Amino acid sequence: MCLAIPGKIVELFPGTPHLATVEVAGVRRKVDLGLLQDDLPVSGDWVLIHVGFAMSKISEQDALDQMQTLRILGEDEQAMQEVRGYGLGLEDRKPS
Amino acid sequence: MRFVDEFRDPEVVTRTAEEIRRLADPGRHYRFMEVCGGHTHAIYRFGLKDILPANIELIHGPGCPVCVLPMGRIDDGLILAQQPDVIFAAFGDMMRVPGTQGSPLEHKARGMDVRIVYSPSDALKLAKTNPDKHVMFFAIGFETTAPSSALTLIRAKAESIRNFSLFCNHVTIIPAIRAILDSPDMRLDAFIGPGHVSTVIGCRPYEWIAQDEGKPIVISGFEPLDILQSIVMVLRQLQAGKAKVENQYKRVVSWEGNRAALRAMAEVFQLRPYFEWRGLGFISQSALRIRDNYAECDSERRFSVPGVRVTDPKAAQCGEVLKGVLKPAQCKLFGRECTPEHPVGALMVSSEGSCAAYYNYEHRKAMATSLAWPA
Amino acid sequence: MAGLKPEAAPPDAAPRVRFRDPQIEMAHGAGGIASRRLIEGLFAPLLFGSANQPLGDSAALKIAGARLAITTDCFVVKPLSFPGGSIGELAVNGTLNDLAVSGARPESIVATFVLEAGLPTEVLEAEVRAMAEAARRAGITIVGGDTKVVEHGQADRMYITTTGVGPFLEGVHVDPRTVRPADQVLLSGPIGDHGITILLARGELDLEADLRSDTRSIFPLVEAMAQAAAPGVRWMRDPTRGGVATALNELARDCRLGIHLSEESIPVRDSVRGACELLGLDPLHIANEGQFLAVVAPEYAEMALNALHQTDGGEEAVMIGEVHQQPAGSVLITREYGGSRIIDMLVGDPLPRIC
Repeated sequence: MCLAIPGKIVELFPGTPHLATVEVAGVRRKVDLGLLQDDLPVSGDWVLIHVGFAMSKISEQDALDQMQTLRILGEDEQAMQEVRGYGLGLEDRKPS
Repeated sequence: MRFVDEFRDPEVVTRTAEEIRRLADPGRHYRFMEVCGGHTHAIYRFGLKDILPANIELIHGPGCPVCVLPMGRIDDGLILAQQPDVIFAAFGDMMRVPGTQGSPLEHKARGMDVRIVYSPSDALKLAKTNPDKHVMFFAIGFETTAPSSALTLIRAKAESIRNFSLFCNHVTIIPAIRAILDSPDMRLDAFIGPGHVSTVIGCRPYEWIAQDEGKPIVISGFEPLDILQSIVMVLRQLQAGKAKVENQYKRVVSWEGNRAALRAMAEVFQLRPYFEWRGLGFISQSALRIRDNYAECDSERRFSVPGVRVTDPKAAQCGEVLKGVLKPAQCKLFGRECTPEHPVGALMVSSEGSCAAYYNYEHRKAMATSLAWPA
Repeated sequence: MAGLKPEAAPPDAAPRVRFRDPQIEMAHGAGGIASRRLIEGLFAPLLFGSANQPLGDSAALKIAGARLAITTDCFVVKPLSFPGGSIGELAVNGTLNDLAVSGARPESIVATFVLEAGLPTEVLEAEVRAMAEAARRAGITIVGGDTKVVEHGQADRMYITTTGVGPFLEGVHVDPRTVRPADQVLLSGPIGDHGITILLARGELDLEADLRSDTRSIFPLVEAMAQAAAPGVRWMRDPTRGGVATALNELARDCRLGIHLSEESIPVRDSVRGACELLGLDPLHIANEGQFLAVVAPEYAEMALNALHQTDGGEEAVMIGEVHQQPAGSVLITREYGGSRIIDMLVGDPLPRIC
């Protein structure tokens, strides 16, 4: 249900459009692209692989956005702490 | 590893854990269910419980397709495979699951032709390279895996492969979640939703959980940062008194899901009127069977299935543990008759089963630190 | 192999067999929990008597005043030949390594062959050449052996058993009972290469990678470490079947202490990692044929590590953890951010999973 790994398309086969070679950290396997036939990936795309089938394309932009959101988490709090330090009596509902 | 390592960054993990501690109300005890067995596995593998505050309790849900399979279905599959010239092919996860006469691996030791495959297409390939045998693929999995089975049958039919059939034990996730919420013993605050099932079914099927049951549900990825971020999102919803479906796993899950996958499933499968789930009893419209126009690829129609019904030993409380009502250690057989080495139920065999996870992680820790080492 | 020290008592008059499984399964040969049960529950009581001692990689013999290490091993591998080596090399190196981690200098080997009728002669010749070459590289002699041929369909083409002997190294005394809290755990290099290479070479999983078995004699590394730090070397083991997790669990049980490992410090090649992630395997449970673990007293650990770094083939040696009082009998792995888990011995063969 769950074990699905990101891999990069490194080889396509013009004769069999639903097959591709995917690479994960230097390990290569042929995967079936049939479930992505509405929007076939191209060489260099990243896909999520589960039981030898590509389930979804991986959006690099969404991954970057997510990491950005996470990195800001701590920074927001640091900014808040500075403001609290000014002693302006700003209430902090969250436990520290 | 790209798209993996970033989401395990220790510094960001630490900061996200701190944010969770800030958001969690110290006066409250939170109960979040992670539905999917893969999340259970990830939580233990990455030691996430160690960095969560003590008032956040993670309850393991029934999203383990091996765990919910009644023993009788395993017996059925193994009986089918005992026909002459049949190759029994299955994922590694199935190999040690006990039937009443032993597990597939034990059957292999006694001479049955049992092969481990990584993909249903590998099972189809076995059929092509063994034309004088029949390959029976024991298919398991939720909606993550069903489309791959479906596509394999579509290919088998297109290529006129006659010596291949699927023993279909695919189940669907929504009825399982409904059974949890219908259970009177369950008190949950929110759900951490299955990530890979959702790449197929999208986020819409979960809306009733938020709208009708009033519980937040965040669809989560499987890396430490995914799970922790999902907990942040759940806490924020609870704090704001909201309940909605949110998608944390945006990089692979879309709101609409995977249309091509859903089409493949619809072409090959239909819902069974009812199906027996281990521990949860018979649930209607909760499992898939193969459509009539693919009947020749259906092991249950190529061969006659005995339809063995096996009740779990009375003392085994697989059902209650599956529903999250009991903790694994509260089952009377846990750690005694039932251990990963000699499992009684599938929850102790499957790497995602809560009993196996609990045994290998918390139980051993508790045993080691609280008792004198036995001589 | 499993063997005793010379002080062991002779077998009991009424040995108690505790092994209750009705038949032998593949798991009993996998090197994990089931293997240990078979050895401790059937072989040990009947052959080794009531001596309640930890079993090591070699046995120690006292013959005419000299202390010799003796070890035996059998080699069963499919396919016979794979990237980085073949059964012949495994047979020689495996036995040498068992002697080395017992603190002995490998000297001579005898080998027996069980051959399947129908095996092409060129295959046999290739393996025997490989053994001769491995022996020559390691500076040891192969001094005898035996051959049997069995019916076609038995013996998986070829099984090789080797028995090796050699004198113990001066000043080295390895025994899990000497391990103490604060001792350091050393690992000679990246793990998982051999097991994953074999898995891929079987061709059942359709994965390709540029991987080779790590089979080699580790004696030069052990010797260098012994020269620098002999008094501090408490225990050594080559983590073959069952991997690092099994070897360290056995140590933890034998010394009744806790082994703490740092996840980030354990070296794993990218492609081993990729294959393990794809298949849902843990590198810690995968077999190695050219690495060893050592537990070294803290005041000698730096010296031991430096000696390895300065020896050919030891450049990638690292410290991966430390011995603690708790959790007694277990191995605990911790991540940089504080999350930890207990890592158990292997249960059965490592099986790929999809969930």
